Amino acid sequence: MATIELVNVEKKFGASFAVKPMNMTIYNGEFVVLLGPSGCGKTTTLRMISGLEAVTDGQILFDGKEVTWLHPSDRDIAFVFQFFALYSHMTARENIAFPLQAQGESKENIRKRVEEVAKMLRIEHLLSARPGGLSGGDQQRVALARALVRRPAAFLMDEPLGALDAEFRESMRAEIKRLHIEQNATTVYVTHDQIEAMAMGDRVVVMSAAVVQQNGTPAEVYHDPANLFVAKFIGSPGMNLIRGHYADGKVALPGDSYYAVPTDWQAAIHEVIGRAGDVILGFRPEAAHISENGPIATTVYTSDLHGSYTMLHLELNRDTIVDVRAGRGTSYPIGTPARFDLDPAMVRFFDPKTEAAIHKGGNQ
Amino acid sequence: MSSYNQPARRRHIGDKRLIQMFVIPTVLLLILMNVFPLIYSLYLSFTEYSAINPTAPKWVGLDNYRQVLSDNLYWHNFAVTGRYALISVSLQMIVGFSLAMLLKEKFKGSGILTTLILIPMMLSPAVVGAFWKNIFNPSFGIFDQMLGYSDPNTAPEWLGNPNLALWAVVIVDVWMWSPFVMLLSLAGLSAIPDYLYEAAAIDRASAWFQFRRITLPQVMPLLLIAVLFRTIEAFKQFDLVMGLTGGGPALLEGRQAVNVTETVSVRLFRLAMPPQAQTGLSSAMAYVVLVIIIAISNLYIRSLNKIREG
Repeated sequence: MATIELVNVEKKFGASFAVKPMNMTIYNGEFVVLLGPSGCGKTTTLRMISGLEAVTDGQILFDGKEVTWLHPSDRDIAFVFQFFALYSHMTARENIAFPLQAQGESKENIRKRVEEVAKMLRIEHLLSARPGGLSGGDQQRVALARALVRRPAAFLMDEPLGALDAEFRESMRAEIKRLHIEQNATTVYVTHDQIEAMAMGDRVVVMSAAVVQQNGTPAEVYHDPANLFVAKFIGSPGMNLIRGHYADGKVALPGDSYYAVPTDWQAAIHEVIGRAGDVILGFRPEAAHISENGPIATTVYTSDLHGSYTMLHLELNRDTIVDVRAGRGTSYPIGTPARFDLDPAMVRFFDPKTEAAIHKGGNQ
Repeated sequence: MSSYNQPARRRHIGDKRLIQMFVIPTVLLLILMNVFPLIYSLYLSFTEYSAINPTAPKWVGLDNYRQVLSDNLYWHNFAVTGRYALISVSLQMIVGFSLAMLLKEKFKGSGILTTLILIPMMLSPAVVGAFWKNIFNPSFGIFDQMLGYSDPNTAPEWLGNPNLALWAVVIVDVWMWSPFVMLLSLAGLSAIPDYLYEAAAIDRASAWFQFRRITLPQVMPLLLIAVLFRTIEAFKQFDLVMGLTGGGPALLEGRQAVNVTETVSVRLFRLAMPPQAQTGLSSAMAYVVLVIIIAISNLYIRSLNKIREG
């Protein structure tokens, strides 16, 4: 097992950055998810950690030892590819045995270890099949077995569930999480699926435009997004973000509503934008509750039923629609007026100029 | 009658007729040029007959086959062809595949280099035979000079020396056809996805281990196809030999003089053409060659399928 450190690691293709200088530490036994939209640099980061891609600058350390220029085979890692990358001319058994054979392990030892991991992943019955004859889920199980069989110091996974059908994805997600808990192996996992990231990660590193936007626990990135990008990207739907004008402890919102800012927020807002100015109010759909005396007046735009709850889309004015979660008991016909209030513990504020979150505890 | 019916009315021929019109000439031509000669020559192979002789074919049963399969001189031709095919095809595979491994990585000018290497393959074997005859010439040929022989009297006589002549034909064949093997190998090599090598690097496989366990098995189907094509061609080898040595030189083997580069096809040609013109006997010999080629092809195709299916 290993601790992985990235020190000012960057990757340039020509003049443009694929990954801007980043610092990150992945602790021993941790499950870290690199999350971001496609092209954000998350896969490049993973490939740099693996050694499949050379860094342009910076250092990579495994357990304090510099590995920046080591060949992938000298880093003691396993890599799980999005499209499995199984050796198509070998059976599942030969695929899993490959890393051990490459190290010259004894036949007896190889047989034992292959059988062990096959049992762990419940693929014993597939060992004599070739990858071409297996389903996507089973192919990825074989690929996982190949990664596990050598007991490497760290697992690097590049969207391992991306090529699978939705039904497989959920069960494989649980399998990988379970494997991580059993093996307690340092794991870096790349995905563009924020639900997957939240469900699996001990820590989520949100990336966009070659830059790390936030590095925190799933709860942190969900409840306390560092900036507007993270606020919108995490959650489905993302955080509601309404631009309004702040003055005298109140935010004037579109549609002539006023929201009284909780007193504990006011000092922080003053510090960032001054006594008056534009501010962005952010809240999750579940932070709002419909109430007749609520300060924010809207009309129902549409609503959709999600089984256990109803998601209301409420119109403040023509340009501003927010998502609000409501119980499934009441019906909200289109066009009817609705007012809502916000849970003061769950509102957030952002500076529209820098797009960064305003922090209650002080801003630098 | 509405106007959009007109195009259909303009064509007087039905679909079935149309198909027949296209297919029948081809089938007729095939029967005339391929099927009939094939069957007729099979018949002739059981007769005593000469195409330049007005007497009708005389049925002799298996006599011709008995003669071809029991006469040492014919066995010699088969042995020459077999040895030639084995050496030549093996060398072509080694040279061609090695060239492909070198040219696999793109570099500046690799496209032009590949094209240049392919040129020998595009030449006529008769022309190749004619100019290699000059290249091998011990007094003014460049081949011996390149090997470091300056005196024409001591330089090896590649085409005249019974110990070297077959090798000379092999050298020319390898020069001419290794590019073909290279081309197929390149196609196979470039079809191996990069991620397999990435996975292998992660799996800590050495370069040799990767070559043995990934590269070779992945290109094997194409290599086998190259072997199949080249073996069949080697068994038919005729024009190069005619251009270079004409089948000679002769070597005294026991009490018989044998031509050391006389392949089956060359022998067949001599047997079938005047002055010998032994049509019946040569047909029998041709059928023996056909059976051998079909047998070898089947072996290859079987192993090809085995690789594909596992």
